[in-house]
Amino acid sequence: MAYTKRLDGRKNNELRPMEAKASVVPNADGSASFKIGKTWAIAAVYGPREIFPRFLANPKTGIIRCHYSMMPFSGSGERIRPGRSRRAQEISMVMENALNPVIDLSAFPNTVVDIFVELPQTDAGTRCAAISAAAIALADAGIPMTDMVSSVAVGQVDGTVVADLMYNEEAYPAIVSDVPVAMLHNTKEITLLQMDGEISREDLMKALEIAKDATEKVYQEQMKALQEKFTKTEQK
Amino acid sequence: MSQVLIKERDIVIPGQVLAEGLDYLPGENTYRKDDKIFANVLGIISLPGRVVKITPLSGPYMPTVGDKIVGKVEDILMSGWRISTGTAYTAVLNVKDASSRFIKSGEDLSKILEIGDYAVVKITKVTSQNLIDLTMREPGLRRINGGRIIKINSHKVPRVIGKKASMINLIKDNTGCDITVGQNGLVWLRGSPEGEILAEKAIKLIEQKSHEEGLTDKMEKFLHENKGNIVVEKKFRREEGEESQNEESFSEGDQ
Repeated sequence: MAYTKRLDGRKNNELRPMEAKASVVPNADGSASFKIGKTWAIAAVYGPREIFPRFLANPKTGIIRCHYSMMPFSGSGERIRPGRSRRAQEISMVMENALNPVIDLSAFPNTVVDIFVELPQTDAGTRCAAISAAAIALADAGIPMTDMVSSVAVGQVDGTVVADLMYNEEAYPAIVSDVPVAMLHNTKEITLLQMDGEISREDLMKALEIAKDATEKVYQEQMKALQEKFTKTEQK
Repeated sequence: MSQVLIKERDIVIPGQVLAEGLDYLPGENTYRKDDKIFANVLGIISLPGRVVKITPLSGPYMPTVGDKIVGKVEDILMSGWRISTGTAYTAVLNVKDASSRFIKSGEDLSKILEIGDYAVVKITKVTSQNLIDLTMREPGLRRINGGRIIKINSHKVPRVIGKKASMINLIKDNTGCDITVGQNGLVWLRGSPEGEILAEKAIKLIEQKSHEEGLTDKMEKFLHENKGNIVVEKKFRREEGEESQNEESFSEGDQ
């Protein structure tokens, strides 16, 4: 029996409802909240600031440092052990790699921009939500960026190529794969591509086609969030 | 076929395409790739002629020669002070630039500026690695006594000062405070306690509404409504005559 109808009735290339907001953490230099379905990421950006430990400093450019963390209550009842885990460290690294190509900190040598992402609630696609939130927060912090990064997961559930998998789909009792993709808006360059599960070559190519449209939708939401910040205060 | 895709005062996000074709020129905070002009930061568009420029709405302060800033003394060095500028970079104020008086070698530098003191200083030199040199040997530059320091976004400083210092004088006249705005976003207020609170509120409000038009009128209304029983002593302002001369240097940064 093939996976013809999605569990929540979405179309195959349809994303869960999104909600993005800029400047949610007043203390930070830039911040954002990004929700996609039940997955919710809050990003806060500090810097450019002095770098500690000093040996990480690069005299030619500033660097970025990501800290990804799921909150203890963010799963579905099971307490998630806070702090650094192997998984959190890996995701922090892939986030850095996904965001680095657009960030230009050459005017700020020997500094660091710290990006903290916390997830109060998760339902698959957390690294994608984290990257999308971090991109809004970086723009909000006024960091020079050549392009916007938007991220969404695509994949295959029992032979059907779908976009933005939720946890129940990832756990579907069949051959499933989950492919998180981060794409730059203008050039459509891919800055994050991972894969968990099994997928055929044809399905992967199909999934990446879907990812193009899907990241575009995320981009529209990110753009709206950044512009709304200023139009909303104007009405006050 | 060249065309511009945005209007004056539009808010753009990084990576947004601003213009197509070679008839337009990339200005501040934009870049050209192939035949398109892209935005580099979040900001407001200004289109003087055929140049596309972006005025950033947020972001770090870039130290610039000639800027008057408010800094905090972090450390005392062999022949000077290390001063934090509110950015990732600290600045050095050398003894010879600190006072017009001759300072003997071996003199206790903490008598002039102690760790934790704030001072109004001017940037005299910035290197490519953002090492900063300061001076305190100009009228209006000095150690800060009393009052309070507040922090605002450095990009909002031109709005807080206003055209020909109109906005800052409006706040001064209505609160009786002596106000010094550093280009790095640190603001020093000194006046009566009520006056300081009102001035702080007013400056925070300007920061919040900086991208709106007709802000001076709005602020005038706000200050009159909230003025209460703050008495502005005319004498106080005149004493600070030396200070107001220096406002000229501020107005350069006007929008």
